[in-house]
Amino acid sequence: MSSAIQNLVNQPYKHGFVTDIETETVPKGLSEDVIRLISKKKNEPEWLLDFRLSAYRHWLTMEEPAWASVSYPKIDFQDIIYFAQPKPKKQLASMDEVDPELKRTFEKLGVPLHEQKIMAGVAVDVIFDSVSVTTTYKAKLAEVGIIFCSFSEAVHQHPELVKQYLGSVVPSGDNFYAALNSAVFTDGSFCFIPKGTKCPMDLSTYFRINTEGSGQFERTLIIAEEGASVCYLEGCTAPQFDTNQLHAAVVELVALDNADIKYSTVQNWYAGDENGKGGIFNFVTKRGLCKGINSKISWTQVETGSAITWKYPSCVLLGDNSIGEFYSVALTNHLQQADTGSKMIHIGKNTRSRIISKGISTGRSSNSYRGLVKIGSRATGARNYSQCDSMLIGDNCGANTFPTIDVQNVTAQVEHEASTSKIGEDQMFFFAQRGIGSEEAVSMIINGFCKDVFVHLPMEFAVEATKLLGLKLEGSVG
Amino acid sequence: MINKGGKVLLEVKNLKAEVDGVEILKGVDLTVRAGEVHAIMGVNGSGKSTFSKVLAGHPDYTVTGGTATFEGKELFSLAAEERARAGLFLAFQYPVEIPGVSNSALLRLAYNTLQNERGLEELDPLEFEDLVHEKIKVVEMDPSFLDRSVNEGFSGGEKKRNEILQMAILEPKLAILDETDSGLDIDALRIVANGVNSLLTADNAVVMVTHYQRLLNYIVPDYVHVMDAGRIVRTGGKELALELEARGYDWVRAAA
Repeated sequence: MSSAIQNLVNQPYKHGFVTDIETETVPKGLSEDVIRLISKKKNEPEWLLDFRLSAYRHWLTMEEPAWASVSYPKIDFQDIIYFAQPKPKKQLASMDEVDPELKRTFEKLGVPLHEQKIMAGVAVDVIFDSVSVTTTYKAKLAEVGIIFCSFSEAVHQHPELVKQYLGSVVPSGDNFYAALNSAVFTDGSFCFIPKGTKCPMDLSTYFRINTEGSGQFERTLIIAEEGASVCYLEGCTAPQFDTNQLHAAVVELVALDNADIKYSTVQNWYAGDENGKGGIFNFVTKRGLCKGINSKISWTQVETGSAITWKYPSCVLLGDNSIGEFYSVALTNHLQQADTGSKMIHIGKNTRSRIISKGISTGRSSNSYRGLVKIGSRATGARNYSQCDSMLIGDNCGANTFPTIDVQNVTAQVEHEASTSKIGEDQMFFFAQRGIGSEEAVSMIINGFCKDVFVHLPMEFAVEATKLLGLKLEGSVG
Repeated sequence: MINKGGKVLLEVKNLKAEVDGVEILKGVDLTVRAGEVHAIMGVNGSGKSTFSKVLAGHPDYTVTGGTATFEGKELFSLAAEERARAGLFLAFQYPVEIPGVSNSALLRLAYNTLQNERGLEELDPLEFEDLVHEKIKVVEMDPSFLDRSVNEGFSGGEKKRNEILQMAILEPKLAILDETDSGLDIDALRIVANGVNSLLTADNAVVMVTHYQRLLNYIVPDYVHVMDAGRIVRTGGKELALELEARGYDWVRAAA
């Protein structure tokens, strides 16, 4: 491996700063008392406390999953701060009231918080540590009946909706991390698109973990009623700490008849240093329920950060003719480990799904695709197409593909394709001989490799993703 | 021998190079002037391909002695991409496939990189399309190849024609053709040779590395060099190639 490729991948993490802001935290550790305290601090109704406590009791009986192709020291769940929020805590009516230090943080991150960028037309909910800092554009969305607010606010303003849908896609005891999240989640985004409404702008949530030793457990719930549609973007960063931070989020999507939800993520959590010290453990459960006929849910993700990624955005295709899609680029460098993929559960008739997964590994990292395509016995005419491509840069990284296909209906059509390729020295020399430098060459190869996924990202995200991959790979070739 | 008297493009003196600690080039001398066509011939393992890769800056090879200048510049102080931008072009013996990267995108990036280097305007995709559609006629390629990934699924002949298309776009001062004739049927050989001939001017030069005389029927060299055991052991005019074809290499090697 030429050292140019090596240099190109070893670009330092630029979101690794810590914001000096006063934070209110609850003591480390987890117990029913801590959960009651969180619930009380958030002034929650009784039913939500019950939801948390039952999840917690279930969680106590569960074991951490060990089947993923990742290894890490055992997590001490008593050594985590489960709640941290910027002080002072008060309701913010306008952007002007946001702590200036916090504003500067988001400016550094390039989050479009201030007015002129808001003119650009993206509504943003910002989650800093565990608390939703601000939701922009709320009033304008409310005019067309769209609710876009922090999860806490939704609990108070729209309890009937939260109660109806919370846990309806990812039950509180679904898996170890989902149960943990259900017990301790602190905030997140809530989005409701009423019947027949096309959301007039992209909605966006920006997640940031700031406090050392804290976990982030946010909860996102998006509901698109009959004929509604929405495009939702999620971005994530964290400061650089030597200790690992736990991120265990749950995202639930519900699409009713003829509804359409498109959910895009660019994940750039801190990945740890080149020796694998520090970084985010990203253990996330994301699932969409295509509940109604002709409904459609599409996941697009670009995963570049996190020390460990354990994440399988999934679609449950319940409604007849419903469609599930998963487009993913996962990049790992240094000692990062990613075990990611998708699950497509076909229940309704003529349901269709598509999985396009692109894994890029370099350094000493490990990158696995893990997927499940399940065709139920009633899913007559169901179809799936999966394509999993891996690209290796250098000789010390690894890529795996673990597809599982379970078909119980003879009319189903399931296709799976996989490939592995390598950026070789000969390719790099070819580019050089045509006058093209190594960074441009790698970026061209990577963009070519990922274009089937990038075309599904919203324009500005596609630009960001391209830049991000370039940055992450900078210094790795040569 | 003809000396066309153009300015010196490449001057190599006593070049030594090794790969994995094994010395392959053991003192090569070669001078190439503008307007000249050279052929380097020799048996397998004589060092012909190594010589072309060393000049282009392949990272597997280490220069252990001697000098090379390109238009007066110290060649070995330049990185591979700088040599390319200075006008040194290598047509590969085994062109690599680049999945996902379209031929036209690669050509445009390479062309615009060079335009920048020369202080000229970059071409936008539409302007470039006009240029490339003109140039592609040189190698009689179907324009549909422009939208395909670089060399992916191309036949051997198509790959070699694609190399010459790149040469046509980049208009190098010195083109080294590394066994461009290998694996070509007679029609493809004619097309490639016509392409190269059409690009020759009084200001540029070509060095062909080949086993066989047949390419030289189409691209007629001013000089033929025989390489053996890492040295150029004999230099002559185009008739030397015919003599090699008739008598083989042994007599030259014995004489060396």
